Amino acid sequence: MSIMTYRQALHDTLRAEMLRDESVFLMGEEIGVFEGSYKITAGLLKEFGEKRVRDTPIAEEGFAGAAIGAAMLGLRPVVEMMTINFSMLALDQIINHAAKIYGMFGGQASVPLVIRTPGGGGQQLGATHSQNIELFYAFIPGIKVVAPSTPADAKALLLAAIRDNDPVLFLENLALYNTKGEVPDGDTPAEIGKAAVTRPGRDLTLIGYSRMGHVAAEVAAQLAESDGLDIEVVDLCSLRPLDRATIVESVRKTHAAVVLEDDWLTYGIGAEVAASISDGAFDYLDAPVRRVAMAEVPMPYAKPLETAALPSRDDVINAIRQTLAAVGHRATPLAQGVPHS
Amino acid sequence: MASQARPRRSAPQAPPARSVPAEETTAKHAAAGTAPAVRKKTEGRHEQLRSFYRDMLLVRRFEERAARAYTEALIGGYCHLNLGEEAAVVGLMAALRPSDYLFTTYREHGYALLRGIAPTRVMAELYGRVDGVSKGWGGSMHMFDVTHRLLGGYGIVGGQLPLATGAALAIDYRGGDEVVMCTLGDGTAAIGAFHESLNIAALWHLPIVFVIINNGLGMGTTVAKSSAEPDLYKRGAAYRMEAARVDGFDPVAVHEAAARAVTSAREGRPYLLEVVTERLRGHSVVDPAKYRSANEIERLKHEDPVQIFGAKLTADGVLNPDSIAAIEKEVVGIVTAAADFAANSPHPEVGTLFDYTYATPVANDSRRLPGQPLFEPAPFPATPAPAPAGASAAGASAAGASA
Repeated sequence: MSIMTYRQALHDTLRAEMLRDESVFLMGEEIGVFEGSYKITAGLLKEFGEKRVRDTPIAEEGFAGAAIGAAMLGLRPVVEMMTINFSMLALDQIINHAAKIYGMFGGQASVPLVIRTPGGGGQQLGATHSQNIELFYAFIPGIKVVAPSTPADAKALLLAAIRDNDPVLFLENLALYNTKGEVPDGDTPAEIGKAAVTRPGRDLTLIGYSRMGHVAAEVAAQLAESDGLDIEVVDLCSLRPLDRATIVESVRKTHAAVVLEDDWLTYGIGAEVAASISDGAFDYLDAPVRRVAMAEVPMPYAKPLETAALPSRDDVINAIRQTLAAVGHRATPLAQGVPHS
Repeated sequence: MASQARPRRSAPQAPPARSVPAEETTAKHAAAGTAPAVRKKTEGRHEQLRSFYRDMLLVRRFEERAARAYTEALIGGYCHLNLGEEAAVVGLMAALRPSDYLFTTYREHGYALLRGIAPTRVMAELYGRVDGVSKGWGGSMHMFDVTHRLLGGYGIVGGQLPLATGAALAIDYRGGDEVVMCTLGDGTAAIGAFHESLNIAALWHLPIVFVIINNGLGMGTTVAKSSAEPDLYKRGAAYRMEAARVDGFDPVAVHEAAARAVTSAREGRPYLLEVVTERLRGHSVVDPAKYRSANEIERLKHEDPVQIFGAKLTADGVLNPDSIAAIEKEVVGIVTAAADFAANSPHPEVGTLFDYTYATPVANDSRRLPGQPLFEPAPFPATPAPAPAGASAAGASAAGASA
């Protein structure tokens, strides 16, 4: 066990997997000489050479497709998309090809591919560089989508993704790279498709993933201290498959849920989670399921506007208090009881 | 009208005027000199020409049968035929080793046949049956066979180019001596993936041949209307990639050009080959091709690569009416047997619907048919409702959750 950043966990895991398996190699823009836009691949070109750390031209469709083709022949490419926004240039290859090849050809060729890419706003990068469009991929059968929120999960899910025989979209987040946490030694992969109850509780279920999984854990700890609230945190970890059973089991216990997401609310990941709760825990709910998501605007550059658009800890705390007020919970003296708009 | 602007084959149409490879000319003259070794070589050459003709006729009769089966509603979806492209298909496939890989388009039945896949399995795929080459999951546009290294027909225009480039990357990564051939249509030269793939292939010296099958029409749009440089092979220059154009009605010329391209690719120099041919029917079986002028339709009546090549071989003494009839009989027998096989092959079981979503089984994978609930009906929460005496007090269990 050691304490390290999310960035370091990714770097060390990539390196370990390249040492373990000759068929693992890296492709992407600026990952070699430049050492990666976010320095995840720092030092790897020097250690492994150009064959296994391959700088590509700015041609997302071309190099994503080339990685898929290489995977069809049994290599295990790990592609870095500089940000998830740029992955839209490769949607045809990822959605029409990576996700389809196994099924469309009757199971004759699999695509053991990982696409690592950060989403997220808050860096004043404006409308085209601050999006959270993991939904595009989570919508598609044939792709697996994982979204770790801690350094430990980053390692365990990256191990799982690289060793998996299907295309895996590995969602990172710009705001998580410098976060720190305990990371176990060894190389035990996580199980894709499983959510984690990262904090048990009885008063309300707080659900998040990626950056909002991190926020959920922090807010739950804070409210336990300040308000004595006993909040259960479910970190989705996987967006496809979605572990509905764990979500529903938690809500059947707590009778209330708040869903956190960095993407836009309408049609977002949270909508699917809320619908699943409605299906599996309707009779158990004591308040409507509340979602906290980004304001539905193209992300502005100016800092006050950007801050207002992104879900904050205070937004999450307010949503929790209002939900508990709706439940009529004993431990919410500060709740305003405001009907939600 | 617009068709006049299309790049036409430069060679004259009449069979006798078609250029004959130097090797064959030499061999023919020498054969008269009765040296046994030379006679043997000539016979070997004739054998190859006969097999080219036979393979072209196989593609022709297979596609005609597919068109018929489509009108009989035995084949669904889209159905694009290789009619008019037989010489191109035969010449290209003859240049590949069995260990080489092919990525191709949705107009790929002929390629599947000539990669050596049993016609029964190709036809069964068209019929959507379990014995189909893709087990009934792909259909006309998505044939795939690992054993014969056909790595897919692809339904999205240009989708196969990056994939084929990546397959060539994998070969290079492992130091293998296989080559990837990637065919595409003339319309595909306009999409971004064409540029990105050729650029990457050239930058990384990958063992790949890109082959543009230029039949003059992308659906109903002429090359002149879709490409600012209608001499498509010239685009190779943008990538410092060697490129050539060849008459796609002559299987021998196509074979020789493809062999040169494949040799270049095997040495790490990717190659762009443009094969100029014709699409004798509509874009797909259901397209009446009304956008073609009366002149063009009249011209196409006299442009049939199978007939032209058959006439040439007859004039050259390689074929005669008897041998042509024998080939016809053999090929029709194969195609009829394929259709019978396909019709008798079972439909896939609905129970296999979820078998091919993922190669690595994964927790909470959805296996739900339309209309099925996400969760089994749950018991009511235990808290309220004092039950009447005698009623069962079923507790609220957390179970019942099924993903």
